[in-house]
Amino acid sequence: MNRISPSKPVVWTGYNFAYLDEQTKRMVRRALLKALAIPGYQVAFGGREMPLAYGWGTGAIQVTASIIGPRDRLKVIDQGSDDATNAASIRRFFRSVTGVETTASALDATIVQTRHRIPETPLRENQVLVYQVPSPEPLRKIEPRESETRKMHAYAEYGPMLLTLYEDIARYGRVASAYNCPVIVNERYLASPSPIPKFDNPKLSHSPAIQLFGAGREKRIYAIPPYTSVRSLDFEDFPFEPSRPDGRCSLCGSETSYLEEVIMDDVGGRMFVCSDTDYCRRRREGKGEGPVRAARAKA
Amino acid sequence: MDAISNSASRTALLEASGVSKSYGARIGCIDVSVTVGAGEVLGVVGESGSGKSTLMKCLSGQIVPDKGAVIYRGNDRKPVDVFSLSEMERRRLRRTDWGFVHQNPLDGLHINVSAGGNVGEALMSRGVRNYGSIRASAQDWLERLEIDPSRVDDRARSFSGGMLQRLQVARNLVAAPRLVFMDEPTGGLDASVQARLLDVLRTLVRELAVAVIIVTHDLAVVRLLADRLIVMHRGRVIEEGLTDQVLDDPHEPYTQLLVSSVLQI
Repeated sequence: MNRISPSKPVVWTGYNFAYLDEQTKRMVRRALLKALAIPGYQVAFGGREMPLAYGWGTGAIQVTASIIGPRDRLKVIDQGSDDATNAASIRRFFRSVTGVETTASALDATIVQTRHRIPETPLRENQVLVYQVPSPEPLRKIEPRESETRKMHAYAEYGPMLLTLYEDIARYGRVASAYNCPVIVNERYLASPSPIPKFDNPKLSHSPAIQLFGAGREKRIYAIPPYTSVRSLDFEDFPFEPSRPDGRCSLCGSETSYLEEVIMDDVGGRMFVCSDTDYCRRRREGKGEGPVRAARAKA
Repeated sequence: MDAISNSASRTALLEASGVSKSYGARIGCIDVSVTVGAGEVLGVVGESGSGKSTLMKCLSGQIVPDKGAVIYRGNDRKPVDVFSLSEMERRRLRRTDWGFVHQNPLDGLHINVSAGGNVGEALMSRGVRNYGSIRASAQDWLERLEIDPSRVDDRARSFSGGMLQRLQVARNLVAAPRLVFMDEPTGGLDASVQARLLDVLRTLVRELAVAVIIVTHDLAVVRLLADRLIVMHRGRVIEEGLTDQVLDDPHEPYTQLLVSSVLQI
């Protein structure tokens, strides 16, 4: 079932379990506890240098390293795909420094580290979703000063944030940005959902799983505890709408999953496929949710 | 609390007493006491370095004076000491009750945001969450400041200097403040643009009955706009009175010099 994880992982010697030393992991865990106690609040933590470049998931790797245990099963996705370079190398890294089992299945995983997507398969309790966050401060676009954004968070002055939505509507007649749409967590803190498509925004709310966000360059951690309300920012007369390309997956026929466009040739040929490869594969194998192979049967 | 209970004039909107601020050995302003009534326009004139801007920053709660108190009577008519408020309350006051027109319009505007967004931001920070009504009032206000309302979606970047300044005024007046601080609002504009801005300002200020504290070195501006005038020199208020009175019959030598040095055409 799992083509990615080899039967016997090669564990590097000379490293502490999960690469970080125990004191660092304790420090990160303390930040995580604080983040969970104040949903959506950005907690500063002593981010370490990691053996990969900023922007490739250094923050989330530190979070994952701090919470992972020998009995965990890890899934890593990049834009929904288990096979993308970023996901594959992070998965191999953790297999090498922990020896834990890795999986592509969102059903089997206890920890899912993700870049830019939330799995289609609904997550359960006892699962942890760790997001890679490139820029944790949603207010940065309208207020460049860190001292000022902190005050805006402290006093919940989030009115000006609507300006970004206003500009979109004024220019395009609708909220055109399709990803990274800011959210209010627990009716208090404004947070960046990391750049997930706004299709995934509703899944943030009242999720049974724990959601942790790690930003390595900015050294910030924030979190959404299970069953917490998450509201996407919108206007009364332009309510939030999760967007999805029209059409169905060419491989599994799903009409509800988030699709990626694949250019097939240079004469305009294209196809749409699920961005969540695990979900798509399970549906094709007949183990997934919903009607299977509808597209193929018709084709 | 003494200052609050002793504030004699019941109609005063903002009342400053004994405000002093120095920057080390350099003096900002010394022992300044001023009051502004509701709907009144107060002019503050003086040469560069006379403490006008320091006074303005103290009055608007941007810097804390070394001595003195600033009492503001808000919507609920209860006088509050601006500097005994928590930072949160002070920011709320600045956001809801006050407006600020900067000399450089770029200090008060988002250059890459549409005119409508710039005007509407004031409403959004006051909790308006309806796009249609925000845009409608933005257009209304552009019109009132003689900006073509069809330019509501144009970015501020594409506006001329005079239009930017009018846009900044619109942004400040849209949310119906009770007190607007203006720091050299006509500085850097050419004479005809300046006249037009002054004309619009005069009409609106009367119409809305908004109180204004206007800092300028341009006596023509205060002659047109201000009801009352204070003249500052080396950090002190040296003369105070009705605008026409002070300008037509200046008592202090420095004021006489100031008035006589205005270029006549």
